[in-house]
Amino acid sequence: MFSSIIQTLPQVLIDGITLGAVYAVIAIGYTMVYGILELINFAHGEIFMTGAFVGTSTLLLFKSAGWLGSMPGWIVYIFLLVSAMLITGILGVGIERIAYRPLRRAPKLISLISAIGVSFLLQDLVRFIAELKTGNYIVSAPTLYNQNLKLGTSSVWGSFGDGFLKMNTIIVIAVAILLMVGLDLFIKRSKWGVAMRAVAQDRETASLMSINVNKVIALTFFIGSALGGATGVLFAQQYGTIDPFIGYVLGIKAFTAAVLGGIGNIRGAMFGGLVLGVLEMFASANLGIISGGSFGGEYKDVFAFAILILVLIFKPEGMFGKAVKEKV
Amino acid sequence: MKKSFAVMLISTMMIALLVACGSSGSSGSTENTSASGGSSDKKTVIKIATQSPLSGGSAVQGEAIKLGAQFALEEHKAEFEKLGFDLQLAPYDDQGDPKKGVANAELIGADTSILAVVGHMNSGVAIPSSVVYEKYNIPMVSPSNTATEVTDRNLKAVNRIVARDDFQGPAAAQYAVNTVGAKNVFIIQDKTAYGQGLADAFRGEVEKLGAAVAGYEGITVGEKDFNGVLNQVLSKKPDFIFFGGVYAEGGLIVKQAREKGITAPFMGGDAIDSSGMIDIAGDSSKGVLYTSVATDITKSDNGKKWADDYKAKFGKSVDAYSAYAYDCMSLILSGLKSAVDANGGKLPSREQVRDAVRATKDYEGLATKVTFDGKGDNDFAKVFVYEYKEATYPGSLISEVAK
Repeated sequence: MFSSIIQTLPQVLIDGITLGAVYAVIAIGYTMVYGILELINFAHGEIFMTGAFVGTSTLLLFKSAGWLGSMPGWIVYIFLLVSAMLITGILGVGIERIAYRPLRRAPKLISLISAIGVSFLLQDLVRFIAELKTGNYIVSAPTLYNQNLKLGTSSVWGSFGDGFLKMNTIIVIAVAILLMVGLDLFIKRSKWGVAMRAVAQDRETASLMSINVNKVIALTFFIGSALGGATGVLFAQQYGTIDPFIGYVLGIKAFTAAVLGGIGNIRGAMFGGLVLGVLEMFASANLGIISGGSFGGEYKDVFAFAILILVLIFKPEGMFGKAVKEKV
Repeated sequence: MKKSFAVMLISTMMIALLVACGSSGSSGSTENTSASGGSSDKKTVIKIATQSPLSGGSAVQGEAIKLGAQFALEEHKAEFEKLGFDLQLAPYDDQGDPKKGVANAELIGADTSILAVVGHMNSGVAIPSSVVYEKYNIPMVSPSNTATEVTDRNLKAVNRIVARDDFQGPAAAQYAVNTVGAKNVFIIQDKTAYGQGLADAFRGEVEKLGAAVAGYEGITVGEKDFNGVLNQVLSKKPDFIFFGGVYAEGGLIVKQAREKGITAPFMGGDAIDSSGMIDIAGDSSKGVLYTSVATDITKSDNGKKWADDYKAKFGKSVDAYSAYAYDCMSLILSGLKSAVDANGGKLPSREQVRDAVRATKDYEGLATKVTFDGKGDNDFAKVFVYEYKEATYPGSLISEVAK
């Protein structure tokens, strides 16, 4: 039992960190919006999904125009990321303008329902467009970096098995880190970042300090959604196939990651995402072995959510969160 | 400005909705009237209905069923004319929707000139609709239903000519153990009625044949990352992987498995018999095995000629179930003919046709031989094994397993 867990450990870690990086970047979107508006933007998972579709259709466009062979892969990758980030960013701002801003003074529950409504709308809209264009809403795209590296982890320690690392996995992790670090710097160092933090702390007072609150909120939605859209591209490249419903499951998990790290806290979201990804991968690979086959990998989510509940019982503000005092 | 825009939006949506409703409502009835239109002479009209999805996602297969049945009907038209009957086809569109199927079944029941039904394509539609057929004693012969429940209810009117799900799994297991030589199999299933049923049937037979089951794991439909389960596969080192589920997950699993360096043969059921499998798995689909209840009709000379005639007649290539629908119609008509003979040349009742169809013995069809057992299952139904030799759809037929 123990030896087989050890044997797959390198591979489980690689896969877990990849999945965790995806969760982390989506979780940041939840956390940013929550931090500034105290609104759980349940449409964020669907923004991620839209990003995946925008990236994939850009890629298919490149392919049909015959540009794929003549261009280095990384330039194409940047094109996909930029197009997806732009469109989902604008989409996020639009959603905020239409579905959330008119409800800003309404009870929190109302904007939550509005967010869920937007998410269903986006699912069906993307499904409709995809079916119109391809006749099938499950869309597959070519992978830009298909190479597969074999890691000699077995030579590090005999009990380890060899791990496989897709070229694309490295890109996913690298881009995710780049996005997260960039965002962290932006919020900590830039003028707009200061404004965002100010609005998050106290919207009314910030507006008295001549901060344009609406602009700051729109910017928050733009950045959060653009990050989600970029992750969509990474996801589509990593797994090759997307459908309009990927946002739902991933959105819930990323939301969980945000809560795990302490919602409203950006570093917490990163950390929560990685923890959740590794936990989930470990559970799906080893639950069957640990429990002697009585319950298998299909219970990985139960396992991950049970851990979430435990964390929240003993540290309700999340792993990185600070206990918030009620605003008076 | 804002308000007028909203009013415009709502009114366009309403119009679109009305148009959509109108077109779907009328399509069924126009086909009906056109089928019953040509009865100017005094011959007694006998209609045979087809029910299959003629619109929606599976319209291609659904239309193939209608055309296959139509082909057989037109071949026998002259024969029935001599007996004093005017044979007509009454095609219905069940839209792959149980509600629509049942509503159509009621219409079929009310039309007393309809004596039999070819269909349905989906088991989920056939199961509720066949309750109505049973009420009106209209025999139904399905070219494609595989769910065990279709015939397990012991209805007198319900028959099928293809294999059942609880035969497909064991057939796959026999191929895996006896032909491929699998000794240590890993089973992955998607926890649905279809996937788990198939996987359980496979597991039972594999154990009976003496091979070991290294692992039996469930996955969740809609997930995209199956690395967790595949890491287990990696540590167990099986020499065969069986998947119970549909192509959307199956394609990803085989793709991610090959990326991890898992080279064991991969096999699935008829739900990965789809061009979607190739779209998703790409080159990884090479060598993937799958079972299906439909044979490749173009393999035999007879079938090849029939497929060419079909193409010349309808301008469309045959689909997997075209020949099965053709067989369903042919055997219904042969049952009908014997019922007419037994009735002294007069129009038989629905009960008589129903019993004559069920009594079919050793009927030599184009795609399959047919003898119905007491439940309406075909004794000669076979399961066929295919392989995607190249990354193209469909795969090539490599073996068949009889009951």
